[in-house]
Amino acid sequence: MNEIVKNSLLFIVLILVQVIILNNINFLGYINPFLYILFVIVFPLKKDRGLLLVLSFLLGLSIDFFLDSGGVNAAATVCIAYIRLPLIKALTRKSEIDFPVFKIIKLPFLKLLSFIAIITLTHHLVLFSLEYFKFAEILTILSRTILTSIFTIILIIFSLLLLNKNK
Amino acid sequence: MQQIISFILKNKYFLLFLLLEIIAFTFTMQSHSYHNSKFVNSANAITGGVYKKVNSFKEYTSLKEYNEQLLEENVRLKNLLSKIPRDSTSKLVTVVDSVKYFQKYSYTSAKVIRNQYNRKFNFLMIDAGMDQGIKPDQGVVNSRGVIGITNSTSKKYTTVLSILNETSNINVKLLNSFHYGSLAWNGKDYNVLQIKDIAIQANIKVGDTIITGGKSTIFPEGIPVGTILNFNKENNTYKEVNVKLFNDMSAIGPVNIITSYDKEEIENLLQGLD
Repeated sequence: MNEIVKNSLLFIVLILVQVIILNNINFLGYINPFLYILFVIVFPLKKDRGLLLVLSFLLGLSIDFFLDSGGVNAAATVCIAYIRLPLIKALTRKSEIDFPVFKIIKLPFLKLLSFIAIITLTHHLVLFSLEYFKFAEILTILSRTILTSIFTIILIIFSLLLLNKNK
Repeated sequence: MQQIISFILKNKYFLLFLLLEIIAFTFTMQSHSYHNSKFVNSANAITGGVYKKVNSFKEYTSLKEYNEQLLEENVRLKNLLSKIPRDSTSKLVTVVDSVKYFQKYSYTSAKVIRNQYNRKFNFLMIDAGMDQGIKPDQGVVNSRGVIGITNSTSKKYTTVLSILNETSNINVKLLNSFHYGSLAWNGKDYNVLQIKDIAIQANIKVGDTIITGGKSTIFPEGIPVGTILNFNKENNTYKEVNVKLFNDMSAIGPVNIITSYDKEEIENLLQGLD
């Protein structure tokens, strides 16, 4: 399948899954995983990072439109899109020549897990900090970040396995 | 000049990142304040359409619950009706000029197609909009009490600022006295709200019923809200008066939207005071 078609399909499917299913889970009353950041994780590595930044912004903003949350999802998603490349470089020590053949799922499991965990924790921390936006709520922000991250990480790993089995 | 251009080229991704973050941040700040026309809101054809489709599937599972709520409301209204004759026989009323007896409120029905209660700033969505005559700042209630205030409208959909929103503030009073306070939410339990600024003379007790105060132009007086769950007294003032809602905010179906006909008149009068 063409890469552009595949990624646009993923973009739309992730928004719909997030809005229709995942935002209504409310586990323990308030925990909803944010699977849509999978887009940022599997997006092909390129030297030009501008496209991913803009797409991430649009993805986050679409979720914000559904949730009436202003721009918190957009801000958090742009943030992880920006740190993605430096993070991969730091984890794998790969140079830019390897990018076209690089696949995130081919990383050793521990590196893959730490990559997903760092991305997810950053995203959720920015998200909840902006949503609460009060220093007095720091404990609520941290507890929500950690609890929600656990669920998001598990979901992302399962989705990655599922996406790769289909090929 | 050349240095500026080379600086921009060198840091173009960082600058793009900064620009996008600033835009997102502006939207966030907009959403945290109450009276701002918001650019990012779900009252549009796409998001409204998706929520309506999803809701049409979910609706069937709650039909029984909605029936019970309707029965409950019917009983309450019938009980109210049965009280009328006794009052009106004691004083004979002749209406000479019907123009003087304006209707104060009217109700429109709608369905909640998107519910939200686990965030700090919660918004609902209802499937009625400008086409049904809904405007911003109208009250939304159901048979068990207050739900929220309409926020932004599109042709067919309206977002509702839930009472579970930090910026929400509703005038309430005790059922059995004339002491007023304002209802707000601290963001913790979605069925427990707080009353602020209630006078110490109110002498409240656990279990007292709270209704809307009618001091605002949005809600008529006497719409049920909840009962007092617990409260703290400190330095002769009430601190943290918790109110348990009659509504279960996690399961809301049909609602009524209140149009207040006197709103403009009252607001014009109040403007003269400032």
